[in-house]
Amino acid sequence: MLKKDTYDVVIIGSGPGGLAAAVAAKKAGAEDVLVIERDMELGGILLQCIHNGFGTEIFKEDLPGPSYAQRYIDESIELGVETLLDTIVLEVTPGRKLFVSSKQHGFFEINARALVLAMGCRERTRAMIQIPGMRPAGVYTAGTAQRFVNIEGKMPGEKVVILGSGDIGMIMARRLTFEGAKVERVLEILPFLSGLNRNYVQCLQDFDIPLLFKHTVKFIHGKNRVEAVETVAVDDKWNFIPGSEEIIPCDTLLLSVGLIPENELSRQAGVELDPLTGGPYVDESRQTNVPGIFAAGNVVHVYDLADWVTLAGYEAGKGAAKFAMALRASEEAHIPVLAGNNVHHVVPQTINKRSLEDEEIELQFRVRTPVEDRVMIEVHDGKNQIARKSARYARPGEMNTITLKPKNFADVEKASSITVDVNPR
Amino acid sequence: MVEKRRLICISCPVGCELDVTLDDGKIIEVEGNSCKLGLDYAEQEIFDPRRMVASTVRVKNGFHPLVPVYTEKPIPKPRIFEVLAELQDIELEAPVAVNDVVIENVLDTGINVIASRDMPKV
Repeated sequence: MLKKDTYDVVIIGSGPGGLAAAVAAKKAGAEDVLVIERDMELGGILLQCIHNGFGTEIFKEDLPGPSYAQRYIDESIELGVETLLDTIVLEVTPGRKLFVSSKQHGFFEINARALVLAMGCRERTRAMIQIPGMRPAGVYTAGTAQRFVNIEGKMPGEKVVILGSGDIGMIMARRLTFEGAKVERVLEILPFLSGLNRNYVQCLQDFDIPLLFKHTVKFIHGKNRVEAVETVAVDDKWNFIPGSEEIIPCDTLLLSVGLIPENELSRQAGVELDPLTGGPYVDESRQTNVPGIFAAGNVVHVYDLADWVTLAGYEAGKGAAKFAMALRASEEAHIPVLAGNNVHHVVPQTINKRSLEDEEIELQFRVRTPVEDRVMIEVHDGKNQIARKSARYARPGEMNTITLKPKNFADVEKASSITVDVNPR
Repeated sequence: MVEKRRLICISCPVGCELDVTLDDGKIIEVEGNSCKLGLDYAEQEIFDPRRMVASTVRVKNGFHPLVPVYTEKPIPKPRIFEVLAELQDIELEAPVAVNDVVIENVLDTGINVIASRDMPKV
């Protein structure tokens, strides 16, 4: 089981944003940092991005995704970041309580002094772009196919059409070509590339894979398995141009048609989302509208470089650590005020020790039983007396007070609680 | 003889479009680059095009069935499929550590193929 139920910084997701936030939070002084990951290992989608191109901004090196992830995995472990793998966060409250479930530990709760949302994004699916046709096997999002090929060692098909010129689509065109598939065509409905130019060069151009702009899929054919797709040219308003249809025999259609920030948990926590990005509104420390809840990476808006996600993660981690440490200091400064001998109750029930540095604190209380002789009202920390005053009598019907002064601060600072007694003299 | 070539620089994510002028097989002008990398890229791409190659190899007793690997440096573009064929025949034994050499001096290019992550044993 977990060592604690309250952490300074809890991070949901261990992709580049989450790991960077964890590392930055530790470096900024957060003591207890926990990363929750639903997969079996840390790294997120970087692990399936086996191609190069990562780290050019941060390390000035050209690394594959797994190597890039490995650096942050190693660094988090060195810094003492705790992790929960194979664990899903079911719900987050605005008060930063997390309801969590895993096969190993069952259902449990975790409290976060500060929380970083780093859930990344999801791929748009066939249903979201509403491609007409049959519903055969063989239609995948590019990222799903990437996981099959690069992690699980399974080929999605042999003759492939790719819809969308996003980076993952182009990278998968090359990857499938490497593994012996024939990529018939990449179609892009826009008149320009969605992904990076360099991916066009080294993923499509290098292997003579045709890219058609202002083209889309009109119909998917095939009963059990994709047998062909019907492509069509579109005008500037995306209307099909009659007569431009073409049937391309294939067994697989990959979709690389956009990414959407994943914010189901954010919404439950009361985090306000920007309709333009699909992600939370954040300030420069990546704090959302809910105090203590931060967000970084593709969960905020979709990036084209993992390096930039890392940099956003650093900001969120730093901001979260600062928030958590301020909260922790305030928690530690607050001590209970206890009702001792012959005292029924005391208000305030807790005090912030720090406020005694420059102002007085009046403790108000009632006694339980009347004493018609002189009494001594005493405040102590269990061992040492902090303040006292005498009174001619004490009656439950009359509220009494004793005031702590700034000169008592030194004594109160050492206390983990203070008690008010009313003793006979 | 003066010849024009249009290239897209792949040195970084910017992807500058380069207009390269060659005279008698020598580069005399490069336009469109926004940094020095573009000049080096044009020289390299025209006379000895190279690419980084990333793929996977099989692994026995690993947490996953595959280990991702890559060439430490770009290799000659015409030899990409030869490198991939070499990788086909390899099966590693877990555990594997990041940067472990999978093929030393692949195809006598002087370049190693290395693992891009740790692969723990199960």
